[in-house]
Amino acid sequence: MAGPLDDLTILDLTHYITGPYATKLFADYGADVIKIERPGGDPARRLGPFKDEQEHPERSGTFFYLNTNKRSLVLDLQQEQGRDIFARLVDGADIVVENFRPGVLDALGIGWEFIHSRRPGVPLVSISNFGQSGPYRDYKGSELVLYGFAGELYTMGVAEREPVKMYGTAALIESGAAASTAIMAACMVGREQSIGQHVDFAITDSHLGGVDRRHASAIAYEFSGRKPLRHAGSAMGLGGVYPCADGYVEFTGAARFLDRMADMMGSPEWSQDPKWADPRAVADPVLVEEFSGHFYAWLMDRTRREVWAEARRARVVCGPLFTVQELFDDPHFRERGFWQTVTHPEMGTFEMPGRPFIMNDSPWELRRPAPLLGEHTAELLREAGYADGEIEELAAQRVVEVR
Amino acid sequence: MGHLPLSDVRVIDFSVVWAGPFATMLLADLGAEVIKVENPHVLQPATRGGIARPSKAMLQTQDAIIGGYPNNEPGPRPWNYHPFFVQLYRNKKSCTVDWRRPEGLEIIGRLVAKADVFIENTVQGTLERLGITYEWLREMNEEIIVVRMPAYGLSGPYASARAFGAQLESVMGHTLLRGYRDLDVSSNRAIYSADYLAGTQGALAVMMALWHRKKTGRGQLIEIGQAENASGMFVQAFMDYALNGNVQTRIGNRSVHDAAPYGVYPCLSPGNATEAEDRWIAITVTSDEEWLALRKVMGDPAWANAADLATNAGRAAEQDLLDEKLAEWTRGFDDYDLFHRLQAAGVPAAPVLEASRLFDDPHVQARGIYQPQRLFDDVGTFRFTTPFYRLPETPATVHQPPVALGEHNDYVYRELLGVSDEEYERLKADGHIAMDFDPSIA
Repeated sequence: MAGPLDDLTILDLTHYITGPYATKLFADYGADVIKIERPGGDPARRLGPFKDEQEHPERSGTFFYLNTNKRSLVLDLQQEQGRDIFARLVDGADIVVENFRPGVLDALGIGWEFIHSRRPGVPLVSISNFGQSGPYRDYKGSELVLYGFAGELYTMGVAEREPVKMYGTAALIESGAAASTAIMAACMVGREQSIGQHVDFAITDSHLGGVDRRHASAIAYEFSGRKPLRHAGSAMGLGGVYPCADGYVEFTGAARFLDRMADMMGSPEWSQDPKWADPRAVADPVLVEEFSGHFYAWLMDRTRREVWAEARRARVVCGPLFTVQELFDDPHFRERGFWQTVTHPEMGTFEMPGRPFIMNDSPWELRRPAPLLGEHTAELLREAGYADGEIEELAAQRVVEVR
Repeated sequence: MGHLPLSDVRVIDFSVVWAGPFATMLLADLGAEVIKVENPHVLQPATRGGIARPSKAMLQTQDAIIGGYPNNEPGPRPWNYHPFFVQLYRNKKSCTVDWRRPEGLEIIGRLVAKADVFIENTVQGTLERLGITYEWLREMNEEIIVVRMPAYGLSGPYASARAFGAQLESVMGHTLLRGYRDLDVSSNRAIYSADYLAGTQGALAVMMALWHRKKTGRGQLIEIGQAENASGMFVQAFMDYALNGNVQTRIGNRSVHDAAPYGVYPCLSPGNATEAEDRWIAITVTSDEEWLALRKVMGDPAWANAADLATNAGRAAEQDLLDEKLAEWTRGFDDYDLFHRLQAAGVPAAPVLEASRLFDDPHVQARGIYQPQRLFDDVGTFRFTTPFYRLPETPATVHQPPVALGEHNDYVYRELLGVSDEEYERLKADGHIAMDFDPSIA
C-alpha cells in the first residue's frame, strides 16, 4: 500500500523548524518533497542534538527528525541559473512552500508573481513569523518570542516569577502542524479547481487562533473582564502534578469525580462520608485540604505505575510523568509498534518516534532517512531534464552542489 | 474565486473536549459542513462546560478561563458559552439525539449514510458500548472516512486510560522537560498543547483520506493515538535519547539549541503594579550579529564587551550572568517600547502578552484577528478569533457564530433526513430533539 499523497510533488523551500515539520508530514505520507537547500544547507543542520555530540551537518537529530523521506537539492538562488533551475522545478510541482522572511522570495525574482505567471494552478504557501502584512511583518521571531506574543506563555509558571515556556521548540511544531492543513487545503484547491493562490500563514495567527489556552484566555477576558493569571496548579481544581513513591503523577478534573477518586483509593472508610458527594465540596478549601491529606498519603505509598493502574480501573484522569527513556522502554508503545528503526550513513542505526497517526488504507512509511546535503541534486536535475554534462557545468559554477 | 476546499464534505462530529472539536473546527473553517451531534441527556464533561447549570457564585470561585462566562452571568443556557470551549463551536451545526436508545442510534446511522467523515475522540470502548463500531459505520456507508482519536490508541495496555492534554504531555515526557530549573516539577501548571497537535493532525488526516478516496473510491479508518502524536513536539529530547542515550531535563526559558541570551525579562509595570499587571519581554539572541545589535541597544555596557561573550559558546557558558544583567536593564523599560527598539535593531523580542492586551495590539488589529460575533439567546456580542487560513481565492470566514446546542435540529431532521412533521414532534416529545440539557443534569 502506498501513502495517500503518492501523487503529490511539493517544492519545499522551507528551512529551520516550522516549515520542515509541515512538509515532513507530507513526505511521510507519500508525497515527493523536493527540499531545496541553500549552499551550506538548511540551518537546522547546525542544531543539536548531534550524534555522539559531534557537531556536524549530517549528524543533527533535529534536522533528521524534520526531514525524513525528503530529497535534497542544493541550489544557489542568488544566481540567475539557479533561478532557471527553480523555474523548471516549479513546472513539475503541485505546490511551492517557503518560509523566508517576507519579501525575500520577491527580491530573488521567484516570488508569487513569477510562480503564478508560470503555473497559474500552482499555489504558494508562505510561512512566516508575523505574516505577510501588518506592522510587525518584518520583525524577527523565535519560539520563545512568538509564543510569548501570541501563545499563552503569560499564565505559565508561578505568580512571583517570570512566565516559563514549553519545552524546546514545541510552539513551532504546533504551528508547523497547523501550516500543514493550510498546505493541504491549497493543494486540494489547486488540484480540483485549478486555482493557484498565495497563502499567507503566520505563526502568530496560528497561536492566537489555535486551541491552546491563549484563545480561551482571550475569550474569558472578552466575556467577563477577568484576566487569567499565572499561578501554580491546574486550571480545573484538585488537579495538577502530585508526588508519589517514585516520581510524579498528573491529575485533571479530579474534583468533579470524587466518587471515582474514592474508588481509585480502594473506597476507604473516610471516603464514605456524604460530604464528598456534594459537588460544592471542591470549592471549600477546608474540605480540599482534608481530602488532599488522604490523597497525598495514598500516593506516597505507591509508584507511578501503581497509581496509574488504579486510576485507569476507576476511570480517573491521571498520567505518570515519564522520562523519554522510560517511554522508549514502555510496553504499551512497544506493543503498538510505535518506534521506527532507521539507518543513516553518518548516524548509524537507531530507533526514533514513528507515525503520528495510522491510516489503514494508505499508511505512513519511512522510505528513506533525512537526506544528506545535496544527496539528490543530480537525480532531481536529471528528472527535470538536465543532461549529465549540464549538471557538471552547473556544479562547477557552484549553482548547485552535487554530492 | 473558487469554492472552499471542503465545501462538498459533510462531517458527523462525535468529538468532545478540545482535540476533536479543534480538528472539526478547522474542517468547518475550510468549508466542510460539520454537524455536531449532541445528547441532551448526557453532559459531555469538559465540552459544554464543567457542569450544565453553574450558579453565579460558583463562577467566581473558578479561574477566569473556566468561570469567566459572558458578563459574569451563567445566562439562560450556560452550555452555549463556556469560555474554555466556546472557541471551538464556530462554523458548525448542532443537532441533538439520545443515541443510547435504539431509535437514536438509527438516526445516527441515517446521518452517517449522508456523510463523508465520522470523527470521535473518546476512550476506546465508549462508542463500542453504544454499538458504534467501524464495521457498523461501514455498513451504514461503505465509503465513510472514520477518525478515532483515543488518548493512547485503540490497542495496548493503556487503551482504556482517560486523559486530557495534560496527561498526554506528562506521559510523553513534556512535564518533566519544562518549567523552572530551580523549582520542583509540581510547580508546573497543566497545559494542553497535545490537543493542538492532535487537532491539527486530525484535520490533516481527514484531508489526506479525502484525497486518497478521490483516487481510489475507498474510505478508511484513521487512528490517532494522541500520546504518540504529541511526541512530535519534543523532537530534540526524543532524538537526543535515540542518538546518544541522553535523558534531558528542564531548562526553563533557555534555548534547547544553546543560543544565548535567551529568556523572559521583567519590564516596567504601569501604575500600581498588581499581579495582573506584571510585564515581561521575551528576548532571544541566536547569532553573534544579534548579540552585537543587542549590545548596541543597551548602549554597549562594559560587562557586555567582555571578549568571551563575543561567541555563542562563550555566552552559553555565562547564561546566569547574561540573565541577571539583562533583567537589570529591561526593568527600566516599557515592554512595547523596548520591543520596538530591539526589533528595529534586529533582535528577536516581543512582549509576553496578557489576554486583555491582545485586542489592542496594532498588529493583531491590522491582521483582523478578532471579529465580533453575536451569541445565541441575545447574550451579547463579543470578539472571537477568525480562521487562521488566509487563502485569498477561497477565503475562510466565520459564517456561523458559536453554535448553540440543538440549533440546527430543524435543518438536520427535516431537510437532511426528511423526517415528517409528525415524526419530528414525536422525537421532540421523546427527548431526542431539544435545545436544553435534560433538567435532571446538574
